[in-house]
Amino acid sequence: MFSIHAARQLRDFALDVAFSVEQGETLVLIGENGAGKSTVLNLISGILAPDRGELILGERTLFSSEKGINISTERRNIGHLFQSYALFPHMTVAENVAFGLRCRKISKPEIAASVAEHLGAMRLAELADVNVGRLSGGQRQRVALARALVLEPELLLLDEPLAAVDMRAKSAMRKELRVQIANAGIPCIVVTHTLQDVRELADRICLIEGGRIAADGAPEEVLGMRENGFIASFVEG
Amino acid sequence: MDLTQFRLKTETDRHNGRPRVGRVIFTLLVAVLLSLFLLFVTIPVASLFLRIAPEAFIRSLTEPVVLDALSLSLVTATISTVIVVIFGTPLALANARYDYPGRDIVDTLTDLPIVLPPAVAGIALLMAFGRRGVVGQYLDLFGIHIAFTTVAVILAQVFVASPFYIRQAKASFEAVDRLYEDAARTLGASPWTVAFRVTIPLAWGGLISGAILSFARALGEFGATIMFAGNLQGRTQTMPLAIYTTMQGDLDAAISLAIILVVISFAVIATVKVVTRRKF
Repeated sequence: MFSIHAARQLRDFALDVAFSVEQGETLVLIGENGAGKSTVLNLISGILAPDRGELILGERTLFSSEKGINISTERRNIGHLFQSYALFPHMTVAENVAFGLRCRKISKPEIAASVAEHLGAMRLAELADVNVGRLSGGQRQRVALARALVLEPELLLLDEPLAAVDMRAKSAMRKELRVQIANAGIPCIVVTHTLQDVRELADRICLIEGGRIAADGAPEEVLGMRENGFIASFVEG
Repeated sequence: MDLTQFRLKTETDRHNGRPRVGRVIFTLLVAVLLSLFLLFVTIPVASLFLRIAPEAFIRSLTEPVVLDALSLSLVTATISTVIVVIFGTPLALANARYDYPGRDIVDTLTDLPIVLPPAVAGIALLMAFGRRGVVGQYLDLFGIHIAFTTVAVILAQVFVASPFYIRQAKASFEAVDRLYEDAARTLGASPWTVAFRVTIPLAWGGLISGAILSFARALGEFGATIMFAGNLQGRTQTMPLAIYTTMQGDLDAAISLAIILVVISFAVIATVKVVTRRKF
């Protein structure tokens, strides 16, 4: 279970959000460009700090302005997939996946076994020694996911996970992603712009408008709010 | 002249063939300026090679004054490059990544030696580390003398060569997308690991070319060295100083040293070009 209440003054508006995600639940954040969706993910993974608020993941308080707690990004154990995937361009696929394990005190054989297992599960085994610069969008997405999941994170953040995947592969990748998230069994927060992502992945939806949560509920409930201009254009495409 | 008139004029010009003449003149002018400048640069360098017989060149390579200068130069320039890299890398990384009060002042100060005349650098170092200098007088109490020693050669080189590395390193660090650092942190990398496993490897080409440029500048250092370190063969007489000294008696030795420096300079340019071409 993950819960957030965070406020931060951004350049154009004040971001102020509160929501929680259950174990194994996938929450999808939708909203206009610049509404603050990616910023919310950055606040959760610790790349940005809220001005005030509280973040609780399981038993741990990650951030609390009241108690003066701010666990640094590297100790939060949150998987964060960036829109461009941010694979390290100077490393191979296997080195990218091993990166987080090497930051922890884990023996080399254990790292190798763990990396091999996750590469296999993501159908990346034969690409292990390939430089990431030569991968397709879909392959990059799987490497980024493997790099995050190999660390057994307690929370998964996906920013536009399928945006860089080519059209033809998208639908298959989406189904695969659904399975991967379900297997991880952890709270997951997805930021997306596409209705198909919402339909396939969402257990719940939050609509963010101008830094605030305008709606929070089951997909059919939120997508039924046609009186909202964003929802109307989102559903009708 | 409105647009229609202009069009009409260019039409007629084209029929008269005038634009073609203009273009030919322009091309010729550029070609002439370019060749004159290339000749101006290459003739003096080529003259070095034309003014000495190969046997004389090889003979002077065995002269103690040449050998001493060569080894002293290579050793001191290497040490000063290492010092510049050790001090300059964290400084460049900090200035590229963090905004702190006084950062602009630090930037300006690190750039200062580039615009400072070497003779000014020399006398400034002497005033600081000379026997009666601001710092030197206290070092003197412990029997430490820097001026007119090999250490002074290295200090002079570090002083004049450091901006070449620091500027290049800072630019290379700024070119590294922060997203990679953020990603590394979410994967559990400490600031130390982020620097050594992500930022520095991604900036590697720029760091190497900066270090090479800095080494080349250290190798060519003359003014500050002769004022602050003196001109003692085997101790402070680097290659540029040896060229200046031998020129008055043994021209062959001077030319031989100059040729070695030319070769090193070409190697430096070639290496920097190759290293900076490699991009991810």
